[in-house]
Amino acid sequence: MSTPGAGGARVEVLGLSAAFGRTRVLEDVRLAVEPGGWTAVIGPNGSGKSTLLRSVLGFHPHEGMVRVDGVPTTGMPRRERARQLAYAPQRPVVPEGVSTADYVALGRTPHRSLLAAPRPGDHRVVAEVMGRLELTGLADRLVTTLSGGEQQRAVLARALAQQPRVLLLDEPTAALDLGHAQQVLDLVDRLRRQDGLTVLSTLHDLSLAGQYADRLALLSAGRVVAEGRPADVLTADALASHYGARAEVVAGPHGPAVLPLRAPDGDRG
Amino acid sequence: MTATADGTRSPAAPPAARTRHRAALVLWAAGVALVLAMLAGVWVGALPLPPGAVVATLADRALAPLGVDVGGGLEGTGAAVLLQLRLPRVVLAALVGAGLAVAGAAYQGVFRNPLADPYLLGAAAGAGLGATLVIAYAPGTSLGPVGVVPLAAFAGALLGVGSALALGTAAGGSHGPTLLLAGVAVASFLAAAQTLVQQQNTDDLREVYGWLLGQLGRAQWSDVLLVLPYLGVACVVLLLCGRALDVLAVGDDEARSLGVHPGRMRLLVIVAASLATASAVAVSGLIGFVGLVVPHIARRLVGGSNARVLPAALLTGGAFLVVADLVARVVLAPAELPIGVVTAFVGAPFFAGLLWLGARRR
Repeated sequence: MSTPGAGGARVEVLGLSAAFGRTRVLEDVRLAVEPGGWTAVIGPNGSGKSTLLRSVLGFHPHEGMVRVDGVPTTGMPRRERARQLAYAPQRPVVPEGVSTADYVALGRTPHRSLLAAPRPGDHRVVAEVMGRLELTGLADRLVTTLSGGEQQRAVLARALAQQPRVLLLDEPTAALDLGHAQQVLDLVDRLRRQDGLTVLSTLHDLSLAGQYADRLALLSAGRVVAEGRPADVLTADALASHYGARAEVVAGPHGPAVLPLRAPDGDRG
Repeated sequence: MTATADGTRSPAAPPAARTRHRAALVLWAAGVALVLAMLAGVWVGALPLPPGAVVATLADRALAPLGVDVGGGLEGTGAAVLLQLRLPRVVLAALVGAGLAVAGAAYQGVFRNPLADPYLLGAAAGAGLGATLVIAYAPGTSLGPVGVVPLAAFAGALLGVGSALALGTAAGGSHGPTLLLAGVAVASFLAAAQTLVQQQNTDDLREVYGWLLGQLGRAQWSDVLLVLPYLGVACVVLLLCGRALDVLAVGDDEARSLGVHPGRMRLLVIVAASLATASAVAVSGLIGFVGLVVPHIARRLVGGSNARVLPAALLTGGAFLVVADLVARVVLAPAELPIGVVTAFVGAPFFAGLLWLGARRR
């Protein structure tokens, strides 16, 4: 159970700002993720979580700097960047007529010329990743015919086949029920502990974020308004002021969980 | 759900390897089919040529530069029919079929649209306008050995695709519906212009119409030489882009995360596919169906990966058009059917059967 690679990298986001047209969506975001750490970006809808991830990857034009182990990603050749950072989007495009094995093998793209055929080493990495994610039996199935949880595993497998040092996951549990969401997050946690991978994810489910990530960054209106250990970031006050939510924060065995509260009787029509 | 049943299976050979072996087998079979189709194409005709003598003649001509003499070949009229009429025609049919099919597969891959075909971005309408203009206003002219109609059609096709690309990228980039809509706009405009010219020159209607339906009847070696460089380069580029198209199929953001520049890659594929289409159209007119359906046939044979679909479409398209041309020559002999009629008449039922079989298998 070993994937060769240099282990996780330190990711620093320095003064990152981004806009859609004239609308500013991120304002001077500062963030650091230690090697092997897992930071979950949380925040209300439209706070800029996905744009932050896409900016870190260099897909969205932005000001400021992103450094991976001290090396700025701007100016890094695109294939080199793809060997450092792997990405699983919120709604992955599932290609028609492609088998799961072929889909996972796409993760090897940054490791060889686009013109070259896969080498034995590529097949070995793909087979190993598929084994770890229990996809071997689904190798011949079309990705389009997999269930939601299986598809999410296939997307993760493709990202891992890149042998990256940082995994960027945009809402990895968005399409999954609670059980499958836990399976995927357990898997990510295991992978990062075994390989020392650094994980930067967005998560809209605050209880899951509190249980799994070791640090949370609360994004509100494009700014990081709180950053730190889950118990320090997830507070009833923060939920009230940034989400406009009534909720109680309960201490769980692995971190805080959020219990939403109904409005007091008098407020209900 | 069959996931648990599948999940416990432990396959003897890695499944991915099995898929690759199957694809390699299909490619070999398609290559053999292409060679057999081309041989049949030169054997059959108004003057039947004995297969043995045909092979001997071809071997003799091929080995002549090496000083090897193969006996038993054709002489006189037979040799002339083979070398000056049938062979250029069969070679041209193979080139055009291969070019249209691989271009169609590339368009379908790059637009992620199963209904895309090589004529999507105005290549057909542009070529039609070019050919009609020349037939109407400069009939019978030629530049050296090459008739001016293919040149005008080639220029028209490039003009059509070029305008669509310029309009599409100016209006919003090389992806999604914008470029397709730009193609529709350019194609309608050019088709309207073509109709206008045609209506003002009704004397040439028959010739224009014949060109629009597609024809290989006047194929000469000069036609082969005219298109070979463009078609060859375009096909090589497209075959090399297969893996990149597979990466583009997972979406722009994911392609970027895998180190591929989606916009540039798409432009390269579109330009190469359009060049292949323009070359094919220039010498054969508008042969429909090949570029739309052959890629689907190839996909059913080798799976969805473009790295395998493109070479399979190339070989299958070549074989398909050679056979279609053979049918066009023999069914009403000595008269000839327009080859575009044959491709649709033979191809449509064949494809319908394939769809039906595929639906039953699921």
